[in-house]
Amino acid sequence: MTLLDIKELTKNFGGLTAVSDVTMHLNDNELVALIGPNGAGKTTLFNLLTGVIVPSEGTISMQTDNGLQVLNKMKPYKVAQTGLARTFQNIRLFKDLSVLDNVLIAMTANNKEGFFESIFRLPSFYHKEAALRKEAVDLLKIFDMQDQVDNLAKNLPYGAQRRLEIVRALATKPRILFLDEPAAGMNPEETADLTRLIRQIQKEFRITVLLIEHDMSLVMNLAQRIYVLEYGQLIAEGTPAEIQKDEKVIKAYLGGES
Amino acid sequence: MKKNLKYNLTWLAIMVVGYVVINLLEFVGVIDQFGENTMVLIGINIILATGLNLIIGFSGQFSLGHAGFMAIGAYVCALITSSISTPMGMAIGMIAGAAVSALVALIVGIPTLRLDGDYLAIATMGVAEIIRIILNNLKITNGPAGLYNIPLLATWPVVYLMVCVTTLIIVNFIHSRDGRAVMSVRENEIASESMGVNTTKWKVLAFVIGAATAAIGGALHANYIQTIAPTDFGIMESINILIIVVLGGIGSITGTFVAAAVLGLLDMILQNFGTLRMVLYSLALILLMVFKPSGLLGTWEFSVRNLFNRFTKSKQKGDA
Ligand SMILES: Nc1ncnc2c1ncn2[C@@H]1O[C@H](COP(=O)(O)OP(=O)(O)OP(=O)(O)O)[C@@H](O)[C@H]1O
Ligand SMILES: [Mg+2]
Repeated sequence: MTLLDIKELTKNFGGLTAVSDVTMHLNDNELVALIGPNGAGKTTLFNLLTGVIVPSEGTISMQTDNGLQVLNKMKPYKVAQTGLARTFQNIRLFKDLSVLDNVLIAMTANNKEGFFESIFRLPSFYHKEAALRKEAVDLLKIFDMQDQVDNLAKNLPYGAQRRLEIVRALATKPRILFLDEPAAGMNPEETADLTRLIRQIQKEFRITVLLIEHDMSLVMNLAQRIYVLEYGQLIAEGTPAEIQKDEKVIKAYLGGES
Repeated sequence: MKKNLKYNLTWLAIMVVGYVVINLLEFVGVIDQFGENTMVLIGINIILATGLNLIIGFSGQFSLGHAGFMAIGAYVCALITSSISTPMGMAIGMIAGAAVSALVALIVGIPTLRLDGDYLAIATMGVAEIIRIILNNLKITNGPAGLYNIPLLATWPVVYLMVCVTTLIIVNFIHSRDGRAVMSVRENEIASESMGVNTTKWKVLAFVIGAATAAIGGALHANYIQTIAPTDFGIMESINILIIVVLGGIGSITGTFVAAAVLGLLDMILQNFGTLRMVLYSLALILLMVFKPSGLLGTWEFSVRNLFNRFTKSKQKGDA
């Protein structure tokens, strides 16, 4: 079943067309990769899909419990509440807050704590906080971060910051998870760990994952389908085996000649 | 659950003990009339500055209009207590002042809080100026002459009670879903939005709560000083409140308490220096900012929980 449908999506920055006429789709419970050279427009595409920037043209629609919903021109927080969550290429954690708070903040929209309940510290406030905390710690456990709940996000090692970004995105209870270079700056061991974790959460939470990554071993290992972007345009789509043999892709990566 | 009760009871005990100790000190004559005056003014400043700290330190929105909301509370409460000169009237006046102030904050907050940094500061300054000019021209507020003979209802225990109430509201707000959402706006607005947090809503809410508590501070000010005029609520007053927040540490409520007390006491001591007073006061501020740029306490908070934890830890060490 098609979960997210993207039609003729275009974004112009002045004279530069960062994303040009992109048509693609994501199926339910699928693991898809988006690859392409530096500056191809991958992050811009994520920003369009999550509402951070508004498309110049095209439509993004999502199959939800309330039928088909058009996402373009929705505010980012609405898009997130519709079930799209993301991580950022240039890490954007809540640096001066604890690891736990980072995760709890992502639960805000699903948290039914009332204003007066918390001001007057009613017993129900403590019940809800305790339940929420348990949920957050359970998520952190999957990523082996349960011992770091009280640490400030900015004090985490680099790899852990990337993992916290994923936990935080998962805490919004998404249907689709967008990961923007989750393995950037990780060593091979950490990357292998991450590969396993991504596959695990995709199965466990039954979500769709769209992943931008330059590490080809990770991409070829994980992805069921791959989209290739170059100069804002989709130049290929297919299974890892198909993409590895694709002339255009090889050309794009090796640069012009041959 | 039991632990939470213990923490809350400890806080209650601290508040009650504080009240008893101060009364005792007054009774034995350590705190005289002059000292009580200083305490009341410190208390009012604490109320004003904790609200501003919520806006600046926790939601990260730079407001320079706090005196405007203080003015609303002062005038509303002064007018109400002038016809109902009882503690009940004071209570009604404070609630009404806070409500009007919150409403104004809501109306001006929705468009202005879209602005960033310097622009927001200028916009909020403009709002406070508009409020002052309206007060200056209305008949009911008695124009530039202002209101006088306001009944003395903001006695020391009332101020103490309101310090406790407003601080509890703000601290409980900060340590809840709402407060976390507010802080996420300060930390990274794009990430916050992308996690499903309606950042505009939380920014406005923090602004409204700050404005409501500013009104309570203003109400107490009016019913303690007993005369108010529009000139009392100019930009200098906003800056005085801002100084307390910055000096204590942006984002530390404990720091706001300490800074309000330090500045209040400094002001009291400097009374004897005549015209040199403002020079020395400013000098002290400059020195503090040079040597402690993050404020007296940075973002550190006093916490009963941490105190207990440290206590039990050291006890365990002792046992071993
Ligand atoms: N806000 C913006 N304003 C103007 N140009 C932009 C903006 N954002 C991105 N661009 C441009 O759009 C193009 C695509 O950038 P984008 O960040 O999407 O690439 P990318 O595929 O994510 O690259 P990388 O692999 O390096 O992360 C680049 O040329 C970039 O300079
Ligand atoms: Mg990118």
